[in-house]
Amino acid sequence: MQYALLIYVDPTAQDGWNDEERRALTAEYLAVRDDARVTGGGHLQPVHTATTIRVQDGETLVTDGPFADTKEVFGGYYLFDADDLDAAIEVASRIPAARMGGGVEIRPLVQLPR
Amino acid sequence: MIEDVFRDQWGRVLASLIGFLGDVDLAEEAAQEAFATAAERWPRDGEPGNPVGWLVRTARNKALDRLRREKNLAAKLRQLDVREAVEMELDAVATIPDERLELVFTCCHPALATEAQVALTLRTLGGLTTDEIARAFLVAPETMKRRLSRAKAKIRDAGIPFAVPPDHLLPDRLAAVLAVVYLIFNEGYRGRVDLAAEAIRLGGVLEQLMPDEPEVKGLLALMQCHHARRKARFTGGELVLLDDQDRSLWEADRISAGRALLDRALALGGRGPYVLQAAIVSLQCADPVDWPQIVLLYDELARLTRSAVVELNRAVAIAQSGSPSEALRVVDALDLDGYQYFHSTRAELLRRLGRDTEARAAYTRALELTTDAAERRFLERRLTEL
Repeated sequence: MQYALLIYVDPTAQDGWNDEERRALTAEYLAVRDDARVTGGGHLQPVHTATTIRVQDGETLVTDGPFADTKEVFGGYYLFDADDLDAAIEVASRIPAARMGGGVEIRPLVQLPR
Repeated sequence: MIEDVFRDQWGRVLASLIGFLGDVDLAEEAAQEAFATAAERWPRDGEPGNPVGWLVRTARNKALDRLRREKNLAAKLRQLDVREAVEMELDAVATIPDERLELVFTCCHPALATEAQVALTLRTLGGLTTDEIARAFLVAPETMKRRLSRAKAKIRDAGIPFAVPPDHLLPDRLAAVLAVVYLIFNEGYRGRVDLAAEAIRLGGVLEQLMPDEPEVKGLLALMQCHHARRKARFTGGELVLLDDQDRSLWEADRISAGRALLDRALALGGRGPYVLQAAIVSLQCADPVDWPQIVLLYDELARLTRSAVVELNRAVAIAQSGSPSEALRVVDALDLDGYQYFHSTRAELLRRLGRDTEARAAYTRALELTTDAAERRFLERRLTEL
């Protein structure tokens, strides 16, 4: 089965970190990416770069900021191939955001008919 | 009674079908069909030599028929290649493995909400109908039906495994399973006796499937010893505390069964929360009760669980061993204001210390939080006695 591991981060979690700490954190994310079962992913720019659009009566409305204003923000995702949910839980638990005030939402992808 | 056979076999038959089909809903339908066929044929033709085997084979073949007819359904079930699956032969029936353990770990997977875990366990392993479960938990049958189908859909769509967890996950997952069974038991302990008996039956199945797990034995021992005293807990609908219970109403056989399980759990090196609770209840069943020993067990349990409710019970044991003022100090340090038993325990201690005004206030607060009618009357009696 294919799962998306949606990473929600606490944007203040790295306040006051030095370069070495940041490098160590990046290395952890890269290690997850290098897991053979991870098939894709992406790391998003911080939330201040976000733009949200809605279409109303054919007109595109553009606003500054993320879609939902919450304490935790969507920071990135991995795509993961696994036999079952337990394998996905195991990898998701290794994502640093999960222990740094954020969380990882595990969502199975819709399987397209073969 | 054919119903009793069905009740006993339902879990095994269903577990085997889920293992084969990979879908709880389809397995349930096929099992129901097979049981219906059995209900029609067995009284006429006699019960087959291997009832479980007969039921699994019949249900499997019915499910395969249906999958061949409905291609869309088959496409949804990735685990099973219908073209390759063959009709089950009679000689394969003898070796059907017991897959109830896989089933119970699926039903109690932490990705499911606790109420869904409870309902699924009762439906699949316990063989209770959706209506029976709805009645037991005082919800509308429609609500229970939705709860069950959502849970079954999540098992399928999120890929919740049908497997016994690997060793590194087992302690946590087993704790979740035992919590579900104990929750069912406690619902029954509040008065719906059939649920308590059902929990004991489930505990017995688990004990048989996991003979080396001391906590499973501990839980079953705990439930047996509690259940043994149920007739003495009420007289004419009124709540009776342990000290005042008529011990001749206790079921001695059940207590010895519980104690034998506890001994075996201890011999396996068990020292987990259920084993400790079983040891406490076993001591409470003795005459006279060794309260200082119970305090020591509660010390250990409190360290293990860090639970404020355990601390509250520890305080009761301290009071029973002769130190109500020390017990009150323990109680007053707890942050349990929304919990009725915190206030009723405090009230009891204050009463014993002769601090009637404070006791009255605490009984009143406990009354405000109590929803159970028998407990209300008990607290009201205490208030008028002051």
